[in-house]
Amino acid sequence: MDKKRREFLKIAGISTLAGLGAPAVVDRMVSGSFPLAAKAAQEVAHGEKANDQAATEGHGEKTVPTGKRYGMVIDVRKFIENPGMADACTNACHTVHNVPDFGEANKKDEIKWIWLTGYGNAFPDHSHYYKDEELEKNKVLVLCNHCDEPPCVRACPTKATFKNKDGIVAMDYHRCIGCRFCMAACPYGSRSFNWQDPRNGLDMNKLNREFPTRMRGVVEKCNFCADRIGKGEQPACADACGSSKAIVFGDLNDPNSEIRKVLKEKYTIQRKPALGTHPSVFYIV
Amino acid sequence: MFEKALKGNNYYWIWLAFLGTFMAIGALCYIRQFNYGLGMTGMSRDVSWGLYISQFTFLVGVAAGGVMLVLPYYIHNYKVFGRITILGEFLAIAALIMCLMFIMADLGQPLRALNVLLHPTPGSMLFWDMLVLNGYLFLNILCGWVILTAERKQVKPPKWIYFFVYLSIPFAISIHTVTAMLYCGLPGRHFWLSAIIAPRFLASAFAAGPALILFVSLILKRVANFDAGKEAKDKLVTIIIYAVIVNAFFVMLEFFVGFYSNIPGHKHTLQYLFFGLEHHGVVYNNLVPYMWGFVVLCITGVTLLAIPYTKRNDLWLGLGAISIFLGLWLDKGIGFVLAGFVPTPLEEIVEYYPTLNEIMITIAVWCTGFFVLTVLYKIAIAVEHEVEA
Amino acid sequence: MYDRGIIIPGLLVFVLLVTFPIWYNRGDAGEVPQLEKPKDAKACVLPAKEMRSSHMQLLNEWRDEVLRTGDRAYFELEGKMYQKSLQNACMKCHTSKKKFCDKCHEYSSVTPYCWDCHLAPVEEDIN
Repeated sequence: MDKKRREFLKIAGISTLAGLGAPAVVDRMVSGSFPLAAKAAQEVAHGEKANDQAATEGHGEKTVPTGKRYGMVIDVRKFIENPGMADACTNACHTVHNVPDFGEANKKDEIKWIWLTGYGNAFPDHSHYYKDEELEKNKVLVLCNHCDEPPCVRACPTKATFKNKDGIVAMDYHRCIGCRFCMAACPYGSRSFNWQDPRNGLDMNKLNREFPTRMRGVVEKCNFCADRIGKGEQPACADACGSSKAIVFGDLNDPNSEIRKVLKEKYTIQRKPALGTHPSVFYIV
Repeated sequence: MFEKALKGNNYYWIWLAFLGTFMAIGALCYIRQFNYGLGMTGMSRDVSWGLYISQFTFLVGVAAGGVMLVLPYYIHNYKVFGRITILGEFLAIAALIMCLMFIMADLGQPLRALNVLLHPTPGSMLFWDMLVLNGYLFLNILCGWVILTAERKQVKPPKWIYFFVYLSIPFAISIHTVTAMLYCGLPGRHFWLSAIIAPRFLASAFAAGPALILFVSLILKRVANFDAGKEAKDKLVTIIIYAVIVNAFFVMLEFFVGFYSNIPGHKHTLQYLFFGLEHHGVVYNNLVPYMWGFVVLCITGVTLLAIPYTKRNDLWLGLGAISIFLGLWLDKGIGFVLAGFVPTPLEEIVEYYPTLNEIMITIAVWCTGFFVLTVLYKIAIAVEHEVEA
Repeated sequence: MYDRGIIIPGLLVFVLLVTFPIWYNRGDAGEVPQLEKPKDAKACVLPAKEMRSSHMQLLNEWRDEVLRTGDRAYFELEGKMYQKSLQNACMKCHTSKKKFCDKCHEYSSVTPYCWDCHLAPVEEDIN
């Protein structure tokens, strides 16, 4: 090939690439949806609040802009007093959110957002040496802890799981690519994956039609009923406890909230505190 | 230069057809998996990564192993490796293609894979993994192709290619370090939460990659009349032996930390892997034979490579090399990833067994890699023969 | 030109194949899809023309606002309050996916994956 033709082809190739790429880049920068530009815009808007938060919490770039931080206290003793209430909570959650049930035959595809497990399983870092009889038989409700420093959020390559402004670790099922890195990262085993179409495990006539199902290939977990608290309701599991107040849900950042009162008065423990994840779920055992 | 891959003897075509058959079967199996979901595999809620990701982890190491040929030749001017650096670079290409295929096969929503580019997340190690894997693939394609073309035309390679060659060396180290960082930064998995994971990965990579290159070059001597040269092979053997010993040392250090500290988190997974773990009356030990297989194969391999009598004989040399490759595959491709999920974060034990569909897809990806490797090596050797003539 | 006997017929076949959609229907684009409009509402969130061209962008914006920003504020339409939701707003008026959404989507061969998750209203049996 002679030199002139080579030069022409090189210039043609580069200008084609530039021509294809440039409008997209310019468009995104102008509309503000370019990730860096959008992030910069967000930072400016939340600058003041971020500074306050940074001062008190000592966080890096992922500060929660607004003041709310939802949390939950689970009183294990009240669940012992009311057998069957824990199952009511689990059923309420799974019904409201259309969580599929594939049965005992297909345990490996199981999806669960909140469930009962033994004390030793929920708190493996606590001593199991010569436990009292009550604790031996105890079953504890476990769910996503909505950590303040969630390892799953750090792991997600697409920000499909993220901490929203109310401190809830939320899932964006539209963006999840199903890599399951978050499942490996979660120290609490809170996450489930849709190994098959979840509608295979759902009765299509008994769905909650106000809430979608998920599709196969995405990870899901408890969402602290973000949809319900957005409407001013309590989470489904807290509601299912009725007046026993076995589950107290509220804003941890509000010093006058009910949950803060409970935390001040009662001794609570958390799951795997040594890992530094700062969970938002507390247990009275 | 692709036309060089279109002329071959019968063995060449039969080998490609053999690989192609498995690739076709695997493609069909993947279509089944794509339509149903990853439930077609043996993965479960508690063991959420299985064969695909463990093969990916091993193959990243094999790809990084190519640097053990590039580094001495380009940086330290070790001329003896001149004929085989191209083998290392092309092996990296084939291994990286396998890695990327395994990742795609493992995704729950593969059509959304570009979300990783659309929503860059520098805090996530998977983002960096995607960058360095593709970057290293691009570098190897570029360097391999340009240098081979230059060799064919019997001119010196253009000066600018050396920038990319030198760049590929830290990239090689980084692909395996970043892959190790996927594991060693997760707070919930005590087996993986160890600083020695990255060095261990690199050590076994520098053994597995050259071991495969050694094995393949012995085959090439018989079927393609391509001799890497005695000095090059001896040096490869030295590198492999030291790398295997360092890897074994690191594994033994893990044992010390786990068993001497007696902390359950560090101890239990090693017990599960090598001795079986007892939990509520049931003994879980499905990976124990594989781990001892790793030990036996590595010891056998090193012995065969080290004893001068066997080192001189091509057959024993090849057996030794493939022993080490298989042993390290058992260590990283079977033991490491799968055991990270045992015990689960809730201190239960769920074991993992791959399904037939999953195994066929895995075999198909391996066959694709060997297909690419065969074609690339055919081109490289044909160019060598052309130049020598 | 080398191989003229193969290239020219080959080019002709290629052109025919590539323009297949144009000549197969003899320029007829088929019937304009007839959508069944909701009976009890007059206006939508945006004017019909804008909805037709950009309802996908609107849904994406709603998705990001509700899910990622957490802005679940209700908006008012003809005196009633609606959420920013496909299931709980759009489908409350457009009560049949088959008679509304699918009509245009099938015509233009578009398969949005919204319905893999979001629940379409239960279809009454068409008598």
